[in-house]
Amino acid sequence: MTKFDAWNVIKNGLNGQSYWTRQWRDPEPKNSYDVVIIGGGLHGLATAYYLAKNHNIKNVAVLEKGWIGGGNAGRNTTIVRSNYMMPGNHEFYEHSLKLWENLSHELNYNVMFSQRAHVSLFHSPSAKDSVSRIYNIMRLHGTDAELWDLKTLKKKIPHLNYHNSRFPILGAAVQKRAGNARHDAVAWGYARAADTLGVDILQNCEVTGFTRKNGKIESIQTSRGILKAKKIGFAVAGNTSVLWQMTELGNLPIESHKLQAFVSEAVKPLLDQVVVYGVGGAHFYISQSDKGSMVFGGDLDWYKSYAQRGNLPMVQDVAEAAMAIFPSLGRIRLLRHWAGVMDMTMDGSFFICKTPISNLYLNAGWNYGGFKASPASGWYFADLIANESPHNYVQNHNLERFEKGINIDERGAGPDPKLHG
Amino acid sequence: MIRINCPYCGERDHSEFSYGGDATINYPSLDASEKEWTEAIFFRKNIKGFQFETWHHSNGCRMWLVVERSTVTHEIKSVKPCHPDLQKVVENNK
Repeated sequence: MTKFDAWNVIKNGLNGQSYWTRQWRDPEPKNSYDVVIIGGGLHGLATAYYLAKNHNIKNVAVLEKGWIGGGNAGRNTTIVRSNYMMPGNHEFYEHSLKLWENLSHELNYNVMFSQRAHVSLFHSPSAKDSVSRIYNIMRLHGTDAELWDLKTLKKKIPHLNYHNSRFPILGAAVQKRAGNARHDAVAWGYARAADTLGVDILQNCEVTGFTRKNGKIESIQTSRGILKAKKIGFAVAGNTSVLWQMTELGNLPIESHKLQAFVSEAVKPLLDQVVVYGVGGAHFYISQSDKGSMVFGGDLDWYKSYAQRGNLPMVQDVAEAAMAIFPSLGRIRLLRHWAGVMDMTMDGSFFICKTPISNLYLNAGWNYGGFKASPASGWYFADLIANESPHNYVQNHNLERFEKGINIDERGAGPDPKLHG
Repeated sequence: MIRINCPYCGERDHSEFSYGGDATINYPSLDASEKEWTEAIFFRKNIKGFQFETWHHSNGCRMWLVVERSTVTHEIKSVKPCHPDLQKVVENNK
């Protein structure tokens, strides 16, 4: 793998770009691995990378049924933030944000991470109180958080609709270190860096079953043959339940729902921040990509589904929210919209945990939060697999928390997965 | 748009309805163990394929319905009232 640096750019510039090597290999599956990670999305690739990098476990395979970055990795709205308040969550997402800040250097791959500020608008005094509480908790834990009054907000983003009488904008809760990144580059960057350390990335390799022996999973049946593995990690959010049923371990506190995202035609620079219309109002988030497209999304489609395509009532709902907050978008044309399948959990928080099978580890239940979590998710999942005990940050992110009554419910919405958006 | 054939109102857009959830949950008795209650409240089969689920006709007759729907294609096989007695009434009136 050729390193991306000034020297190689100049050298290849003078030689017709002929000395670049391919970014990752396309190996044949080996018979056995120390660790097999199922799911070649951001979390699976990051896990493989940190297993090799932090724990020196390099006999690792990542299995992907399609191509890497082709599932939810490429279906999100690329927002990175750490505005969480529950114990476990805020440390975890703050560490993730810190990993994002150095990710391009770490991977030698430009993930185009842009700390452009995440601006959550509020529309009533009670919404301001509620969000102030969360942002104060963040400050007490050392995360950056601030409130913008109306005057500051108008100066920063002059073209919001400040005359909405139903949901008047009163100000915003802001995290300045938050922003967005290029999702494909994150998948490719992790794949390239993991491959360099010796990880096998096996694409078009779908898992079809497991063989169990003495309470362990002995081998994995795949569309590219049977693999033996000492340890196995699931990182297939969206389809976790399907894989889980193959292990005959019963049910999970997860429902699969679909979430749509939208991209408009490219326009000149219009919006410098990530704006969220969501505290005491509708649910809508928008930013502008480096190409100039407006990238935005809203709520789930509200009914359980594994279909990776969205339905029209939510298109209308999102368009209405866009017009309510950003009337200048009225004549912009939508280029594409699509849906990703989300693991929505019973309390809105994720799982990085052991399972009743001693060599099987679970990474699942990412709800709306999977993209920004991917570096820390890989970090702590690799840590769990290598050390066989969970780090303090994720000690309650397990399947037993519901029976113990220690749910990690940021919204306080109760046991209904569709409400944890 | 999914079209749901409400037994009381006829075929309507799904945007008239609110999604409930898994219709096959059996709540255990009040003195059942915490394990059984945890299973009933928090754990789901999360079927990929046809499943029974509840929908509320919240912008129509406001009746709760059991819908047999595919979570992959969204095709609907059957729609019935939730309450077994009402199911009988609807059957008898056909």
